[in-house]
Amino acid sequence: MKLFALLLACASFFLSPGVQAQQAPDALVKSVTDEVLDIIRKDKDIKAGSTKRAIELVEQKVLPHFNFTRMTALAMGKDWRQASAAQQKELTEAFKELLVRTYSNALIAYKNETVDYRPFKMQPGDTDVTVRTQIHQAGARQPITLDYSLEKNGNSWKVYDVVVAGVSLVTNYRSSFATEVRNGGIDGLIKTLQAKNRSLETASQK
Amino acid sequence: MKTTLKTTLTRQLGKAALIAVAAGLLGGCATSGNPKDPIEGFNRAMFGINEGLDQVIIRPVSSGYEALLPSPIQTGVANFFSNIADLMIGVNNLLQGKPAQAASDAGRVIVNTTVGFLGILDVASTMGMEKHEEDVGQTFGRWGMDDGAYIVLPFFGPRTVRDTIGLVFDVYTDPVAHVDHIPTRNTLLATRIISDRAELLKADKVIEEAALDKYSYVRDAYLQRRQSLIHDGNPPKFDPYSGSGDGKSAGAQGEGAGQAQVATRN
Repeated sequence: MKLFALLLACASFFLSPGVQAQQAPDALVKSVTDEVLDIIRKDKDIKAGSTKRAIELVEQKVLPHFNFTRMTALAMGKDWRQASAAQQKELTEAFKELLVRTYSNALIAYKNETVDYRPFKMQPGDTDVTVRTQIHQAGARQPITLDYSLEKNGNSWKVYDVVVAGVSLVTNYRSSFATEVRNGGIDGLIKTLQAKNRSLETASQK
Repeated sequence: MKTTLKTTLTRQLGKAALIAVAAGLLGGCATSGNPKDPIEGFNRAMFGINEGLDQVIIRPVSSGYEALLPSPIQTGVANFFSNIADLMIGVNNLLQGKPAQAASDAGRVIVNTTVGFLGILDVASTMGMEKHEEDVGQTFGRWGMDDGAYIVLPFFGPRTVRDTIGLVFDVYTDPVAHVDHIPTRNTLLATRIISDRAELLKADKVIEEAALDKYSYVRDAYLQRRQSLIHDGNPPKFDPYSGSGDGKSAGAQGEGAGQAQVATRN
């Protein structure tokens, strides 16, 4: 039995183009979450409240699994197609920075809570799935749901939306983005996002 | 000493309210034209007043509560109120045509009130009876009632017209509000507010930093959350690329077409 398992493991290793790429979406979310939480709980700087260190960690461990272009397009809605390629790139960069900061802060705030993974169902041909998790907060009556929407790009799964307690961190920006675009055009929105990022950066350095 | 604190509080509150109203009036001239939010000027003013109230009284008291009380006691308090709420949650599940959930809610109340020492321990959850979140506003939504305009109520905060009507029923049927001994009732109501608020303290900084405009961030989060709750966590998905900024095109690829209907407005 053991030998059979070993053979199977070897076979899947050689048959798959990349071992990482083979990881199922739920396993991916679990391994990344567990790894990041583990580091956050142990890291001295983060324990002392260093947002900078948390952001570094998220950039290193979490970013590669996110599709920020898709996220930005989702947050922009129909305005996305108005933006030139260069503007789309700038928007994506600025929005990425804001989301990374938000996500890092959330991780720091909730670092001592336990994460629970909900049963995951997926059909073989699926290219768009939701991995559901729950955050159990000490002192609270109810866990907070935290869902990840993932999309298959070629061989790897990438997160394109994070939904906290039923609220999408991405589409929740849609109306404020639309207002910015209406008032100052695409460039106006880029400027607002960049200004927001800069003000958060200076605030966190204090 | 006491009077000084009181006057300072009143003065600060008054100032906050004044600034908020002024900002609201200015805002009224330049609403962003969101179809869900026709009275944005008023709402922004009220939002500012509520924020002031939170900053001056509710948040400081909740922070103190969170810092001073050991976490098991906080959980006990939260569970106690949660158990009382389960009663009407069960009724709402029944009204929404979900008898299995309603039965589970009734089971939760029976188990937690007895074995769980008047609800202080949530034994039912460990037994696998999941906690639900329902209210009359959600029941109306489930019945197909349109949510109507967004409105920020004094003290209660974000609601829609539908949820405001729901809230009237919720308050009317709230067991805590019917406690005859007035000082006990008021203590219970105040404790519940503090306990509920303490649970949200951690989200404060996240929202503060994430939002380009806190008012619209909270508004849109409220509307999304309600949509999700009405569909018990499986709302119809946004259509990624045809979605427009004014929120007129919530897609209909979710559950049944009938339920998706609730999401599309007008």
